[in-house]
Amino acid sequence: MTSPGDSGEREQWPLWEVFIRSSRGLSHVHAGSLHAPDETMAVRNARDLYTRRAEGVSIWVVRASAITASDPDAKGAFFESPQGKEYRHATYYTESDTVPHL
Amino acid sequence: MSGHSNRAISTALTPESIRQTITETDAGADDAVARYALGLGDDALVLAQRLGEWVTNAPELEEDVALANIGLDLLGHARSLLTYAGSAWGQSEDDLAYFRDEAQFTNRQLFEQPNGDFAQTIARQLIASAYFIGLYRELSASADPLLAGIAAKALKEVDYHLDHSEQWLLRLGHGTAESHRRMQRGLDAMWVFVDELFTDDAIPGDEDAAPLAGIAVAPSSLRAGFDALVPRLITQAGLTVPTAPSARGGGRQGSHTEYLGPILAEMQVLARAHPGASW
Repeated sequence: MTSPGDSGEREQWPLWEVFIRSSRGLSHVHAGSLHAPDETMAVRNARDLYTRRAEGVSIWVVRASAITASDPDAKGAFFESPQGKEYRHATYYTESDTVPHL
Repeated sequence: MSGHSNRAISTALTPESIRQTITETDAGADDAVARYALGLGDDALVLAQRLGEWVTNAPELEEDVALANIGLDLLGHARSLLTYAGSAWGQSEDDLAYFRDEAQFTNRQLFEQPNGDFAQTIARQLIASAYFIGLYRELSASADPLLAGIAAKALKEVDYHLDHSEQWLLRLGHGTAESHRRMQRGLDAMWVFVDELFTDDAIPGDEDAAPLAGIAVAPSSLRAGFDALVPRLITQAGLTVPTAPSARGGGRQGSHTEYLGPILAEMQVLARAHPGASW
Protein backbone atom coordinates (compact mmCIF):
# COMPACT_ATOMS: atom_id res chain seq x y z
CA MET A 1 0.00 0.00 0.00
CA THR A 2 1.35 3.44 -0.86
CA SER A 3 0.69 6.62 1.05
CA PRO A 4 -1.38 9.39 -0.53
CA GLY A 5 0.49 11.27 -3.24
CA ASP A 6 3.02 8.55 -3.70
CA SER A 7 2.11 6.31 -6.57
CA GLY A 8 5.49 4.68 -6.94
CA GLU A 9 8.85 5.68 -8.36
CA ARG A 10 7.57 6.85 -11.72
CA GLU A 11 5.52 9.62 -10.13
CA GLN A 12 6.91 12.86 -11.49
CA TRP A 13 4.17 15.19 -10.35
CA PRO A 14 3.45 14.18 -6.76
CA LEU A 15 0.49 15.49 -4.80
CA TRP A 16 0.94 18.49 -2.50
CA GLU A 17 -1.39 19.83 0.16
CA VAL A 18 -1.76 23.60 0.23
CA PHE A 19 -2.29 25.78 3.29
CA ILE A 20 -3.06 29.46 2.81
CA ARG A 21 -3.04 32.36 5.24
CA SER A 22 -4.99 35.24 3.74
CA SER A 23 -3.82 38.79 4.25
CA ARG A 24 -6.07 39.28 7.28
CA GLY A 25 -6.14 35.68 8.36
CA LEU A 26 -4.65 34.50 11.62
CA SER A 27 -3.62 31.05 10.64
CA HIS A 28 -2.91 28.89 7.63
CA VAL A 29 -5.97 27.01 6.49
CA HIS A 30 -5.94 23.96 4.27
CA ALA A 31 -7.08 25.20 0.88
CA GLY A 32 -6.78 22.09 -1.25
CA SER A 33 -4.25 20.04 -3.10
CA LEU A 34 -2.40 20.10 -6.39
CA HIS A 35 0.24 18.30 -8.39
CA ALA A 36 3.67 19.81 -8.96
CA PRO A 37 7.10 18.47 -9.91
CA ASP A 38 8.77 19.96 -6.82
CA GLU A 39 8.10 22.22 -3.84
CA THR A 40 9.12 25.42 -5.65
CA MET A 41 6.67 24.82 -8.46
CA ALA A 42 4.08 23.72 -5.93
CA VAL A 43 4.18 27.18 -4.33
CA ARG A 44 3.77 28.80 -7.75
CA ASN A 45 0.92 26.52 -8.70
CA ALA A 46 -0.75 27.16 -5.35
CA ARG A 47 -0.51 30.86 -5.98
CA ASP A 48 -2.23 30.40 -9.35
CA LEU A 49 -4.88 28.04 -8.08
CA TYR A 50 -5.70 29.19 -4.59
CA THR A 51 -4.77 32.83 -4.00
CA ARG A 52 -6.11 34.45 -7.15
CA ARG A 53 -3.31 36.98 -6.89
CA ALA A 54 -4.51 38.37 -3.57
CA GLU A 55 -1.83 40.47 -1.93
CA GLY A 56 -0.19 39.61 1.35
CA VAL A 57 -0.82 35.93 1.61
CA SER A 58 1.41 33.22 2.93
CA ILE A 59 1.45 29.82 1.31
CA TRP A 60 2.62 26.55 2.78
CA VAL A 61 2.92 23.45 0.65
CA VAL A 62 3.50 20.01 2.08
CA ARG A 63 4.04 16.85 0.14
CA ALA A 64 0.93 14.80 0.76
CA SER A 65 3.08 11.77 1.59
CA ALA A 66 4.53 13.72 4.54
CA ILE A 67 1.15 13.99 6.22
CA THR A 68 -0.03 11.35 8.63
CA ALA A 69 -3.77 11.39 9.13
CA SER A 70 -6.03 9.86 11.70
CA ASP A 71 -7.96 6.87 10.50
CA PRO A 72 -11.45 7.93 9.48
CA ASP A 73 -12.76 4.40 10.13
CA ALA A 74 -11.64 4.59 13.75
CA LYS A 75 -13.89 7.58 14.32
CA GLY A 76 -16.11 5.80 16.84
CA ALA A 77 -13.45 4.97 19.39
CA PHE A 78 -10.83 7.56 18.45
CA PHE A 79 -13.00 10.64 18.77
CA GLU A 80 -15.35 9.38 21.46
CA SER A 81 -16.33 12.49 23.38
CA PRO A 82 -16.07 12.65 27.16
CA GLN A 83 -19.80 13.27 27.34
CA GLY A 84 -21.51 11.03 29.83
CA LYS A 85 -18.23 10.31 31.58
CA GLU A 86 -18.70 12.46 34.66
CA TYR A 87 -16.30 10.26 36.57
CA ARG A 88 -13.51 11.88 34.52
CA HIS A 89 -14.21 15.30 35.95
CA ALA A 90 -13.26 16.46 39.40
CA THR A 91 -16.81 17.27 40.41
CA TYR A 92 -17.01 15.03 43.47
CA TYR A 93 -14.57 16.81 45.73
CA THR A 94 -15.81 19.00 48.52
CA GLU A 95 -13.97 22.19 49.32
CA SER A 96 -11.88 22.14 52.41
CA ASP A 97 -12.88 24.78 54.96
CA THR A 98 -9.30 25.22 56.08
CA VAL A 99 -7.86 26.08 52.70
CA PRO A 100 -8.56 29.70 51.77
CA HIS A 101 -8.73 31.16 48.29
CA LEU A 102 -9.49 27.92 46.56
CA MET B 1 -2.60 64.31 -23.21
CA SER B 2 -1.95 66.65 -20.34
CA GLY B 3 -5.66 66.75 -19.67
CA HIS B 4 -5.86 64.06 -17.01
CA SER B 5 -4.31 63.92 -13.60
CA ASN B 6 -2.32 61.06 -12.20
CA ARG B 7 -4.91 60.70 -9.48
CA ALA B 8 -7.52 59.60 -12.00
CA ILE B 9 -5.10 57.07 -13.41
CA SER B 10 -4.14 55.60 -10.08
CA THR B 11 -7.59 54.15 -9.53
CA ALA B 12 -8.16 50.65 -10.83
CA LEU B 13 -6.89 50.88 -14.37
CA THR B 14 -9.16 48.82 -16.59
CA PRO B 15 -10.04 49.21 -20.26
CA GLU B 16 -13.42 50.49 -19.07
CA SER B 17 -11.91 53.11 -16.77
CA ILE B 18 -9.51 54.17 -19.51
CA ARG B 19 -12.42 54.67 -21.89
CA GLN B 20 -14.27 56.63 -19.21
CA THR B 21 -11.25 58.81 -18.44
CA ILE B 22 -10.77 59.56 -22.12
CA THR B 23 -14.43 60.37 -22.62
CA GLU B 24 -14.71 62.56 -19.52
CA THR B 25 -11.52 64.51 -20.05
CA ASP B 26 -11.72 64.47 -23.84
CA ALA B 27 -8.07 63.44 -23.80
CA GLY B 28 -7.62 60.79 -26.45
CA ALA B 29 -4.19 59.77 -27.62
CA ASP B 30 -2.64 61.74 -30.42
CA ASP B 31 -1.81 59.83 -33.58
CA ALA B 32 1.85 59.06 -32.87
CA VAL B 33 1.18 57.91 -29.31
CA ALA B 34 -1.74 55.83 -30.54
CA ARG B 35 0.39 54.02 -33.11
CA TYR B 36 3.00 53.33 -30.46
CA ALA B 37 0.36 51.95 -28.08
CA LEU B 38 -1.10 49.89 -30.93
CA GLY B 39 2.21 48.10 -31.51
CA LEU B 40 2.52 47.20 -27.83
CA GLY B 41 -1.13 46.18 -27.70
CA ASP B 42 -0.75 43.93 -30.74
CA ASP B 43 2.25 42.20 -29.16
CA ALA B 44 0.23 41.35 -26.06
CA LEU B 45 -2.91 40.42 -27.99
CA VAL B 46 -1.24 37.96 -30.34
CA LEU B 47 0.75 36.28 -27.58
CA ALA B 48 -2.38 35.98 -25.44
CA GLN B 49 -4.07 34.28 -28.38
CA ARG B 50 -1.21 31.79 -28.64
CA LEU B 51 -1.33 30.98 -24.94
CA GLY B 52 -5.08 30.44 -25.18
CA GLU B 53 -4.39 27.55 -27.54
CA TRP B 54 -2.77 25.67 -24.66
CA VAL B 55 -5.94 25.55 -22.59
CA THR B 56 -6.92 21.89 -22.11
CA ASN B 57 -3.68 20.84 -23.85
CA ALA B 58 -1.04 21.59 -21.23
CA PRO B 59 0.99 18.71 -19.76
CA GLU B 60 -0.76 19.03 -16.39
CA LEU B 61 -3.89 20.72 -15.10
CA GLU B 62 -1.77 23.06 -12.97
CA GLU B 63 0.17 24.20 -16.03
CA ASP B 64 -3.06 24.69 -17.92
CA VAL B 65 -4.07 27.15 -15.23
CA ALA B 66 -0.66 28.85 -15.20
CA LEU B 67 -0.55 29.41 -18.96
CA ALA B 68 -4.17 30.59 -19.00
CA ASN B 69 -3.33 33.01 -16.18
CA ILE B 70 -0.46 34.49 -18.14
CA GLY B 71 -2.61 34.71 -21.25
CA LEU B 72 -5.32 36.53 -19.32
CA ASP B 73 -2.80 39.03 -17.97
CA LEU B 74 -1.55 39.73 -21.48
CA LEU B 75 -5.07 40.09 -22.82
CA GLY B 76 -5.64 42.68 -20.10
CA HIS B 77 -2.59 44.64 -21.25
CA ALA B 78 -3.78 44.38 -24.85
CA ARG B 79 -7.26 45.63 -24.01
CA SER B 80 -5.95 48.69 -22.17
CA LEU B 81 -3.42 49.56 -24.86
CA LEU B 82 -5.85 49.04 -27.74
CA THR B 83 -8.54 51.05 -25.97
CA TYR B 84 -6.07 53.89 -25.57
CA ALA B 85 -4.81 53.59 -29.16
CA GLY B 86 -8.34 53.53 -30.55
CA SER B 87 -9.18 56.77 -28.76
CA ALA B 88 -7.13 58.61 -31.37
CA TRP B 89 -9.26 57.33 -34.23
CA GLY B 90 -12.66 56.82 -32.64
CA GLN B 91 -12.23 53.05 -32.63
CA SER B 92 -12.88 50.57 -29.85
CA GLU B 93 -10.56 47.78 -28.72
CA ASP B 94 -12.81 45.34 -30.59
CA ASP B 95 -12.69 47.38 -33.80
CA LEU B 96 -8.91 47.20 -33.69
CA ALA B 97 -8.69 43.53 -32.73
CA TYR B 98 -11.28 42.15 -35.12
CA PHE B 99 -11.39 44.45 -38.10
CA ARG B 100 -7.78 44.90 -39.09
CA ASP B 101 -6.04 42.61 -41.56
CA GLU B 102 -2.68 40.94 -41.27
CA ALA B 103 -0.79 43.82 -42.91
CA GLN B 104 -2.33 46.25 -40.41
CA PHE B 105 -1.20 44.26 -37.39
CA THR B 106 1.98 45.72 -35.93
CA ASN B 107 3.08 43.01 -33.51
CA ARG B 108 6.67 41.84 -33.48
CA GLN B 109 7.12 38.46 -35.15
CA LEU B 110 8.17 36.62 -31.99
CA PHE B 111 4.66 36.77 -30.57
CA GLU B 112 2.96 35.07 -33.51
CA GLN B 113 5.30 32.06 -33.53
CA PRO B 114 3.58 28.71 -33.03
CA ASN B 115 3.47 27.08 -29.62
CA GLY B 116 5.41 24.05 -30.80
CA ASP B 117 6.07 21.77 -27.86
CA PHE B 118 6.00 22.93 -24.23
CA ALA B 119 9.68 23.85 -24.35
CA GLN B 120 9.22 26.11 -27.37
CA THR B 121 6.35 27.88 -25.62
CA ILE B 122 8.56 28.37 -22.56
CA ALA B 123 11.40 29.69 -24.74
CA ARG B 124 9.07 32.18 -26.42
CA GLN B 125 7.61 33.21 -23.08
CA LEU B 126 11.02 33.64 -21.48
CA ILE B 127 12.15 36.01 -24.22
CA ALA B 128 8.82 37.83 -24.22
CA SER B 129 8.66 38.25 -20.46
CA ALA B 130 12.24 39.49 -20.17
CA TYR B 131 11.50 42.00 -22.93
CA PHE B 132 8.22 43.10 -21.31
CA ILE B 133 9.86 43.64 -17.93
CA GLY B 134 12.43 46.03 -19.34
CA LEU B 135 9.82 47.76 -21.45
CA TYR B 136 7.20 48.27 -18.75
CA ARG B 137 9.78 49.30 -16.16
CA GLU B 138 10.88 52.15 -18.43
CA LEU B 139 7.40 52.92 -19.70
CA SER B 140 6.03 53.30 -16.16
CA ALA B 141 8.09 56.51 -16.05
CA SER B 142 6.51 57.77 -19.29
CA ALA B 143 5.42 61.38 -19.53
CA ASP B 144 2.09 60.04 -20.77
CA PRO B 145 0.14 59.24 -17.58
CA LEU B 146 -2.06 56.60 -19.19
CA LEU B 147 0.85 54.69 -20.71
CA ALA B 148 2.68 55.02 -17.39
CA GLY B 149 -0.34 53.66 -15.53
CA ILE B 150 -0.84 50.71 -17.86
CA ALA B 151 2.87 49.89 -17.65
CA ALA B 152 3.02 50.09 -13.85
CA LYS B 153 0.12 47.67 -13.57
CA ALA B 154 1.54 45.31 -16.18
CA LEU B 155 5.00 45.29 -14.60
CA LYS B 156 3.96 43.25 -11.56
CA GLU B 157 2.29 40.70 -13.80
CA VAL B 158 5.14 40.22 -16.26
CA ASP B 159 7.49 39.90 -13.31
CA TYR B 160 5.61 36.76 -12.38
CA HIS B 161 5.53 35.58 -15.99
CA LEU B 162 9.31 35.71 -16.13
CA ASP B 163 9.55 33.75 -12.90
CA HIS B 164 7.30 31.06 -14.37
CA SER B 165 9.39 30.76 -17.55
CA GLU B 166 12.59 30.80 -15.55
CA GLN B 167 11.43 27.95 -13.32
CA TRP B 168 10.55 25.82 -16.34
CA LEU B 169 13.73 26.73 -18.18
CA LEU B 170 15.72 25.38 -15.22
CA ARG B 171 13.65 22.23 -14.93
CA LEU B 172 13.65 21.37 -18.60
CA GLY B 173 17.32 22.31 -18.98
CA HIS B 174 18.41 20.19 -16.02
CA GLY B 175 15.71 17.55 -16.44
CA THR B 176 16.15 14.56 -18.69
CA ALA B 177 18.28 14.37 -21.82
CA GLU B 178 15.08 14.67 -23.81
CA SER B 179 13.76 17.75 -21.97
CA HIS B 180 17.20 19.35 -22.29
CA ARG B 181 17.27 18.68 -26.02
CA ARG B 182 13.80 20.11 -26.52
CA MET B 183 14.52 23.22 -24.43
CA GLN B 184 17.64 23.93 -26.46
CA ARG B 185 15.72 23.41 -29.68
CA GLY B 186 12.98 25.75 -28.50
CA LEU B 187 15.49 28.46 -27.64
CA ASP B 188 17.25 28.05 -30.98
CA ALA B 189 13.96 28.37 -32.85
CA MET B 190 12.79 31.46 -30.97
CA TRP B 191 16.15 33.24 -30.71
CA VAL B 192 16.06 34.40 -34.32
CA PHE B 193 13.23 36.78 -33.36
CA VAL B 194 15.10 38.45 -30.49
CA ASP B 195 16.84 41.16 -32.50
CA GLU B 196 13.57 42.50 -33.85
CA LEU B 197 12.34 43.29 -30.35
CA PHE B 198 15.13 45.82 -29.95
CA THR B 199 15.18 47.50 -33.35
CA ASP B 200 14.11 51.12 -33.50
CA ASP B 201 12.18 50.58 -36.71
CA ALA B 202 9.77 53.41 -36.99
CA ILE B 203 6.09 52.82 -37.52
CA PRO B 204 5.05 54.00 -41.02
CA GLY B 205 4.63 57.75 -41.10
CA ASP B 206 6.50 58.04 -37.84
CA GLU B 207 10.02 58.50 -39.16
CA ASP B 208 10.46 61.46 -36.88
CA ALA B 209 10.52 59.93 -33.41
CA ALA B 210 10.86 63.27 -31.66
CA PRO B 211 7.18 63.67 -30.73
CA LEU B 212 7.46 60.52 -28.63
CA ALA B 213 10.58 61.53 -26.72
CA GLY B 214 9.87 61.03 -23.02
CA ILE B 215 6.64 59.22 -23.86
CA ALA B 216 7.72 56.07 -25.69
CA VAL B 217 10.65 53.79 -24.85
CA ALA B 218 13.25 53.33 -27.58
CA PRO B 219 13.46 49.55 -28.12
CA SER B 220 17.24 49.67 -28.59
CA SER B 221 17.60 51.09 -25.07
CA LEU B 222 16.21 47.83 -23.66
CA ARG B 223 18.80 45.56 -25.25
CA ALA B 224 21.45 45.84 -22.56
CA GLY B 225 19.02 44.85 -19.82
CA PHE B 226 17.86 41.83 -21.80
CA ASP B 227 21.44 40.78 -22.56
CA ALA B 228 22.38 41.04 -18.90
CA LEU B 229 19.50 38.82 -17.85
CA VAL B 230 18.48 36.16 -20.35
CA PRO B 231 21.84 34.63 -21.37
CA ARG B 232 22.64 34.22 -17.66
CA LEU B 233 19.38 32.34 -17.08
CA ILE B 234 20.01 30.11 -20.09
CA THR B 235 23.52 29.30 -18.85
CA GLN B 236 22.19 28.57 -15.35
CA ALA B 237 19.85 26.03 -16.90
CA GLY B 238 22.85 24.27 -18.44
CA LEU B 239 21.86 25.36 -21.93
CA THR B 240 23.68 27.22 -24.68
CA VAL B 241 22.84 30.78 -25.68
CA PRO B 242 21.87 30.51 -29.35
CA THR B 243 23.91 32.36 -31.95
CA ALA B 244 21.57 31.98 -34.92
CA PRO B 245 21.30 34.82 -37.44
CA SER B 246 18.19 36.87 -36.87
CA ALA B 247 15.01 36.74 -38.88
CA ARG B 248 14.09 39.55 -41.21
CA GLY B 249 11.72 41.28 -38.80
CA GLY B 250 9.41 44.07 -39.83
CA GLY B 251 6.42 43.20 -37.68
CA ARG B 252 5.90 46.83 -36.71
CA GLN B 253 5.49 47.62 -40.42
CA GLY B 254 2.95 44.84 -40.92
CA SER B 255 5.38 42.26 -42.30
CA HIS B 256 4.62 38.95 -40.72
CA THR B 257 5.58 35.32 -40.85
CA GLU B 258 3.19 32.73 -42.26
CA TYR B 259 1.72 32.17 -38.81
CA LEU B 260 -0.18 35.39 -38.18
CA GLY B 261 -2.83 34.96 -40.89
CA PRO B 262 -4.35 31.78 -39.44
CA ILE B 263 -4.34 33.29 -35.93
CA LEU B 264 -6.35 36.26 -37.15
CA ALA B 265 -8.69 34.11 -39.24
CA GLU B 266 -9.60 32.14 -36.15
CA MET B 267 -9.70 35.14 -33.84
CA GLN B 268 -11.82 37.33 -36.09
CA VAL B 269 -14.22 34.96 -37.81
CA LEU B 270 -17.19 35.49 -35.50
CA ALA B 271 -16.88 39.27 -35.31
CA ARG B 272 -16.65 39.50 -39.08
CA ALA B 273 -19.57 37.11 -39.66
CA HIS B 274 -21.76 39.32 -37.48
CA PRO B 275 -20.41 42.84 -37.75
CA GLY B 276 -22.03 45.25 -35.35
CA ALA B 277 -23.25 42.52 -33.01
CA SER B 278 -22.76 43.18 -29.33
CA TRP B 279 -21.59 40.60 -26.81
